[in-house]
Amino acid sequence: MKNSTFCLVTAIVVIVFFGAAMLAVTNDYFFFAGYVVLQYIVLATAWNILGGYTGYINFGTAGFFAIGAYAAVVLHKLWGPPIPVLILVGGVLSGLVGLGMGMLTLRLRGVFFAIGTLALAIVVQTFVTNWDFVGGSRGVYIIRPATAPLLGNYIHYLFLVMLVLAGFSIALARCIEHSTLGFGLAAVRDDELAAEAAGVPTLKLKLISTALSGALMGMAGAPLPYYVTYLDPTSGFNLAYAVNSIAMPLIGGMTSWVGPLLGAIFLGTIQQTATVTISSSLNLLIVGVLLVLAVVIAPDGIIGLWRPRRRRAQEPL
Amino acid sequence: MFADLLLNAIVSGVVLGGFYAAVSVGLAISFGMLDIGNLAHPAFVILGSFCVFVLNQRWGIDPLIGAILITPFFFVLGAGLYGVYHYSFERRGEEGLRGLAFFFGILFITEVALILGFGVDYRFVQAFYIDATLHIGFIDLAWRTLVPCIVAFVMIGVLQVFMAKTYIGRAILAVSQDSLALRLMSINPSRVKLIAFSLSLATAAMAGALLIIIQPVEPSIGRDYIGRVFAIVVLGGMGSFPGMLLAAILLGVAESLTATFYGPSWAPAVSFGILLLTLAFRPAGILGRV
Repeated sequence: MKNSTFCLVTAIVVIVFFGAAMLAVTNDYFFFAGYVVLQYIVLATAWNILGGYTGYINFGTAGFFAIGAYAAVVLHKLWGPPIPVLILVGGVLSGLVGLGMGMLTLRLRGVFFAIGTLALAIVVQTFVTNWDFVGGSRGVYIIRPATAPLLGNYIHYLFLVMLVLAGFSIALARCIEHSTLGFGLAAVRDDELAAEAAGVPTLKLKLISTALSGALMGMAGAPLPYYVTYLDPTSGFNLAYAVNSIAMPLIGGMTSWVGPLLGAIFLGTIQQTATVTISSSLNLLIVGVLLVLAVVIAPDGIIGLWRPRRRRAQEPL
Repeated sequence: MFADLLLNAIVSGVVLGGFYAAVSVGLAISFGMLDIGNLAHPAFVILGSFCVFVLNQRWGIDPLIGAILITPFFFVLGAGLYGVYHYSFERRGEEGLRGLAFFFGILFITEVALILGFGVDYRFVQAFYIDATLHIGFIDLAWRTLVPCIVAFVMIGVLQVFMAKTYIGRAILAVSQDSLALRLMSINPSRVKLIAFSLSLATAAMAGALLIIIQPVEPSIGRDYIGRVFAIVVLGGMGSFPGMLLAAILLGVAESLTATFYGPSWAPAVSFGILLLTLAFRPAGILGRV
């Protein structure tokens, strides 16, 4: 399938899905829960653009996500633009942070990049905690308008926004996969030294994918203040975002856009159900255990299960 | 008055640095020498704190003695963990990405399990030296920070001698330099790594006891230490004990000065900021070989 055809199909799926949800579902809670699952689809896909395609682990999802969310808070306090504008600004800001982060640490081995991203999330969190304009550690309340544009009902509107964003990120991921950029990234993942020697501009490609991945995470975070209506640093920078966005692609499979989508739907639904039926701290335990089991037992994720397992080069002993 | 404050901040920073070195020494072994990015190290430190807390609460055992009692268990835990790690990742040559994700998952599981078991309350221990203070001139030092610092120095000294003098210690250093050469000498590098990794977890138990002597402990404070320990190990030059000690003291002083003059809420940014700067400009560390 050509990339343009794929984008068209994604758009149709998004429209049909939304139409069906509006017609079939009467309970608003479905939209509340669905928003979270969709948000995880965006985060997992975004993470996979760097982590899955190049093999560089980003532990700072929460940081990028919260940069988007807090950019939205600042804009909301200053002038209150519509949500698409917030998403755009949040995306650009997070993308720039990702680019800067990449410039500092992508020259080093992958493990240093991973630790650096973890550090970034905490540095940003400390700044936000000490910044009174966005509420500091006390948090901030966002009063959303009584009616939403287009649909009237605010939660329907947020659901639609996130659904479009999820469609956009999947289309983007698939377009990257089937482009020169994607092939270059795959070469970096398989053997960075060989790729560099063959003339692939590895650093440039890694920077592009870090920026894109960061931007998508920021875009996913921008509508968050309107969804939760009360945002504080501990929840905005919650480590659960980082764990989930790593666990979902790993469990689903990292080499194509299908993996994070499957992983996010699977884990996201389990968690939404477990939060309601069992308890919210136990569902984090489930994610952690599934993550560890997945990396140990099924290294190629769910999609690896029904594909012949590729032969691994045994290390000479 | 200012000089007073400054001097006190520096002295308490040095003492704090000694403790940080105790927390980092395990990671200097696992990450610096064996190249195993054990992100869960701080989580095991907290686990150690809670074990010591239980011993202290239930039977009134002094935290330091409690720490010595639990180190064998942590040693065995480390052996088991390395076994899984080796079997699932190292053997397949996939330790980089999946290994990190594995330890991240372990970190998360440990933390959530502790929250489920103990709740999010701050826990502390009782010992005779905890409420006393030492006055030298106009410097005030609480014994609760001084005792951990002394224990930390002793522990690192013992480890340094162990690495330099014993057969196993030298084997560990050899693995860190060239594990292929070890195979040629017909020594199994993964056996040596197993011992070294277990040793690193045993130091985590000790560090956990020191932590709960210094301050009340709650399951999620381990996260603050991820930045600190990695900053110290990288800044110290990956696996050099003297470099690590120097880096720990530098970080302790920097944090203590920040907390004194700008407020404790900025302290986490110091360690992670130093880490980012180190990675960007001096990835080989202050004393490190390039």
